[in-house]
Amino acid sequence: MTSINPTLDPAGGASAPPAGPRPARRSSARAAETRRKWYEIIGLTTPAVIVYVMFVLVPMGFAFYYSLFRWRGVGPPTDYVGFDNYVLAFQDPIFLDALRNNAIIVFGSLLIQGPIALGVALLLNRHFRGRTVFRLLAFVPYVLAEVTVGIMWKLLLSDAGTVNAMLESLGLGSVVQAWLADLDLVIWTLLAILTWKYVGFAIILLLAGLSNVPQELNEAAAIDGASWWQIQRHVTLPLLGPTIRIWMFLSMIGSLQVFDVIWVTSVPAVRSLGASATMATYMVDNGFFARLWGYGNAVAVILFAISFVAAVLFQRFLLRRDIEGAITRKAN
Amino acid sequence: MAANAVLSPTAKRRPVSWGNPLTYALALAVAAVSITPVVYVIIGGFRTTPQIVANPAGLPDPWVWDNYARVLSQSNFWRQVFNSAVVSLGTTIGVVVLGVCAAFVLARYTFRGREVLYTFFTLGLLFPAGAAILPLYLMLRDLNLINSYYAVILPQVAFALPLTIVILRPFLTAIPRELEDAAAIDGTGRLGFLWRILLPLSRPALVTVGILAFVTSWNAFLLPLLVLGDASLHTLPLGVQNFSSQYTSDTAGILAFTSLAMLPALIFFTFAEKQIVGGLQGAVKG
Repeated sequence: MTSINPTLDPAGGASAPPAGPRPARRSSARAAETRRKWYEIIGLTTPAVIVYVMFVLVPMGFAFYYSLFRWRGVGPPTDYVGFDNYVLAFQDPIFLDALRNNAIIVFGSLLIQGPIALGVALLLNRHFRGRTVFRLLAFVPYVLAEVTVGIMWKLLLSDAGTVNAMLESLGLGSVVQAWLADLDLVIWTLLAILTWKYVGFAIILLLAGLSNVPQELNEAAAIDGASWWQIQRHVTLPLLGPTIRIWMFLSMIGSLQVFDVIWVTSVPAVRSLGASATMATYMVDNGFFARLWGYGNAVAVILFAISFVAAVLFQRFLLRRDIEGAITRKAN
Repeated sequence: MAANAVLSPTAKRRPVSWGNPLTYALALAVAAVSITPVVYVIIGGFRTTPQIVANPAGLPDPWVWDNYARVLSQSNFWRQVFNSAVVSLGTTIGVVVLGVCAAFVLARYTFRGREVLYTFFTLGLLFPAGAAILPLYLMLRDLNLINSYYAVILPQVAFALPLTIVILRPFLTAIPRELEDAAAIDGTGRLGFLWRILLPLSRPALVTVGILAFVTSWNAFLLPLLVLGDASLHTLPLGVQNFSSQYTSDTAGILAFTSLAMLPALIFFTFAEKQIVGGLQGAVKG
């Protein structure tokens, strides 16, 4: 998912410009002016509010409602079962596998992509000829559609595919694997594909963050005799803190709802055994394709709840300074 | 791995001009990892399936154009390109127009409840589109929108709005108040100010937001998969996926189709890369 970050200055009250000119006027003129201002405010925000409420907030409310029924999606839901669907989900070993897989992807992505992206971003932030081209090439995997990436790797990693053939020809026949069919291996293969695909996003963000680090700081440190590495470690890295935390946040939310690459790459049979399922694929398999709408919606609510709790915890403990009110500050 | 090499002892003393060979070696390694699989797919499209089966890792011998020609002469492919373009452009226009209007009010009007409204929008960042997909499908079904472009465009606009507003608001806020006053003295209303001064000045931010919305929409898979059952409405990602599962034995054809599907995003990004990194700078400010 292409998304960036929630940091931005929340344009707090003080810095925002007061609206409109306000020379002294008679009060009726001022009242007309105020009325006009409100018409503009309402007219300009209403379309966005309607679309946003209708397609983002309302569906989540309905998901909770539907999740309380056993329902095949035909006619209105009538078979009320309370929280049975939630209990069922947590008793299904396949769903628990999906949870485990999501955990592997969340932590695996953070631990593997973070250091790689940092290294590559520092490298591509150096001044050298051809840097622009190298940057472009490093971003390629991130730009490709998830589906094309999935199909590509599916072909490359099939049993008689290119990767295995190359391993054979290099005399590494013993390493040859059923990358996408081996039940114990498949989730790690998928993690590797996701890493290849999304590390470019971390690099883009970090490069944008690096370009905000004032050049003068580096020069000052260099004049003081700091080595290139010391500069990165003591000047650049601390200044990159906010960018790194924002990337971690977005990576975590993305990993929790990962669907496309997993869906396209993994074999349905392997997925149905849980080996390569994630919460999102489990939800779509059961809710949409098996027509267990009540149950699927319960899984949707669980997925949302986990993302929400993770986001709030992350925000509380790590992001607070960066967002400062953009997301969870109490509105006053 | 790369990080370790970068800090090798040679780095000492010569901070900027140091170590071109090592820098290039590492940069080449990064580039190789990134594009080798892609290049393989593109070149694979120039081989025949028997060639690929006989030697999966070989080069085309001879080069055949047939696979690409086959895909390009298919009306399906062009139909899907058209559908993707309609959906992506519709989404982009919707996001930019609605986003600018809302961000403008949030940036340049003072009124009670402004920060509440902003927080309300930013909350959307916590609602993953993936989690809402099932109820979204049900709602679109009840609205009779399934199998229409709107079924993809409207939700995509809605889910892109929070991020768009979060990116645009600081840009619109940062434009000096003196300009607004000057416009007012010249008799321009606030809306005229938005149209004639604010929008031209915030073009970089608008382009960034537009590109993000366009690429996300162009690549989208899950929502179209659920709501576009009608094959004549399929977007490119659905088309690639269907082709690859329908003609499993036609490996060369799949490689060609996949390559052609990659092309628009690659070209588009090549031209927009500077813009994206530049536009994000404001967004990742500490």
